[in-house]
Amino acid sequence: MVPVIVFAAVSIVTLGAAVAVVTNKNILHSAFYLVLAFVGIASIYVLLEAPFIAVVQVLVYIGAIAILIVFAIMLTRRIMSKDIEQRNAQWIWSALGALILFGVLGWIVYSANWPVVQGAVPDDPIALLGQELLTTYVVPFEIASVLLLAALVGSIVIGREREQDSRSAE
Amino acid sequence: MADLINVIENWLKNLLLGWGAGEPLALFILQALGSVLVIIICFLIVIALIWVERKLAGRIQDRFGPNRAGPYGIFQSFADIIKIFTKEYITPKGADKGLFNIAPVLAMASVLAIWAVFPIAVNVIGADVNVGVLYIVAVGAFGILAILMAGWSSNNRYALLGASRSVAMLISYEIPMVVSLLVPVLLAHSMKLSTIIEAQQPWWYLVVAPLSALIFLISSMAEIGKAPFDLLEAESELVAGYHTEYSGMKFGMFYVAEFLHQYTVGALITIFFLGGWAGPLAVQWPILGVVYFYGKSFLVYLVISWIRLSLPRIRIDEMLNLNWKFLIPVSFINLVAVAIADRIMMDLDLKQWMYVLVMFSLNIFILLVSLYLSGKSKPTVERETFPPRPVAVPPGTESK
Repeated sequence: MVPVIVFAAVSIVTLGAAVAVVTNKNILHSAFYLVLAFVGIASIYVLLEAPFIAVVQVLVYIGAIAILIVFAIMLTRRIMSKDIEQRNAQWIWSALGALILFGVLGWIVYSANWPVVQGAVPDDPIALLGQELLTTYVVPFEIASVLLLAALVGSIVIGREREQDSRSAE
Repeated sequence: MADLINVIENWLKNLLLGWGAGEPLALFILQALGSVLVIIICFLIVIALIWVERKLAGRIQDRFGPNRAGPYGIFQSFADIIKIFTKEYITPKGADKGLFNIAPVLAMASVLAIWAVFPIAVNVIGADVNVGVLYIVAVGAFGILAILMAGWSSNNRYALLGASRSVAMLISYEIPMVVSLLVPVLLAHSMKLSTIIEAQQPWWYLVVAPLSALIFLISSMAEIGKAPFDLLEAESELVAGYHTEYSGMKFGMFYVAEFLHQYTVGALITIFFLGGWAGPLAVQWPILGVVYFYGKSFLVYLVISWIRLSLPRIRIDEMLNLNWKFLIPVSFINLVAVAIADRIMMDLDLKQWMYVLVMFSLNIFILLVSLYLSGKSKPTVERETFPPRPVAVPPGTESK
């Protein structure tokens, strides 16, 4: 009984926050509601007894992505004024696209045959995950990390001031 | 008597069961009581710490410190608390009210939440999750968010500048902090805090990994945001940083959170490098473990206070250089070296004291080499210096 009540409360908070992200006029408030939605999702992971994913959710989505979003909003001028239009001429098409995406995802979730493993969960699944990542799946793991590094270097190259440009501008 | 806390817990549980409460309800009430108790102890410690800190600061700076309220000024903190509760809350015009009021609560909560996973004695553990270290790192994110909220919602340029400065600093110093935390995790083969404490039973990690302890101390001092890293609230540049506009108990919450954070860093260093609750007779007498844990944390707290009272504030470019050009490379090299040495010695089947000796000398070697190299390198950007310019110029000698 208690888990059901907790789950219902957490779900309501998460969904409410998600709705507020979209409908709120103040874009910074939207960002903070997004944080609340992330917290709700992390709590659902805790309810599912997956503490590792819950903590990583907080670490990555709140510790990195949300702070990046808030920082970007604060550094962008005039984005926070109250008379910004929330929709433009294409809102009906994007709404249609979002609805179709939602329908497809819902259909997949509903109709897919989720594989269920019989028996108990292994004692320390996180240790197992780490071991597999560094033995069986070490090549994909390394490729992913090299890809991330390339993206990091690339973003710095794009983002830095070009010396010739700034000189010619002066 | 030896196991006081668990005796009380069992007595309370039986009492609740006797009153007709079900097993889950009794457990829930006990856990809620436990969390409230931990929080209350934290606040009581902070009240004492503020007095200790002010007295210590006074002695180091050759003055008396608080000496009016009670013997040695012991009741000064209580007088301050009464005063701060009676102060008016001022919300600046144009402030974002909701965020303005949430920010101090979030700042406090982010520090208190860390205490949820601390093992206080051998059998008194909050939540013994197997991702304890990750949890501690993750919860710190809320503190950064709180600072951003406070700075932005105050509708004050100084507050916003202070907030963006502090976020830049907190995010960059999180990297060496987390990397140096990985070394105890690597040595203990676990992220569970109780396992990390048990793994350092004969030899504390302060001896096995002194360089990580040093890097963790420096970077977490930056995370606290007090001197010498207090340029986020440098009063000569920014008034008071992100909490410029706060008054009354809302300011008090930021203030208490800062003190509590310093003590929490002491507790973290105790857990990761000083053996946690370990000490003579701590296993047989768990109540002694509690004393050792809080005592060691207090000692580390005093060391941090001592450092911060002795050093002047660093400039923002020095702050960034120290982090990106020294702490981060050294902490990564240290992590890789420790990992390789640990793996090699696992096969060699050495005695434990030899293992500790090799690790210790490896750490010291890396520290000395990096200090030597950083001393040799010249700063790449010369600071611009201006010739002295007299304020008043006698007539007739003006420059053309």
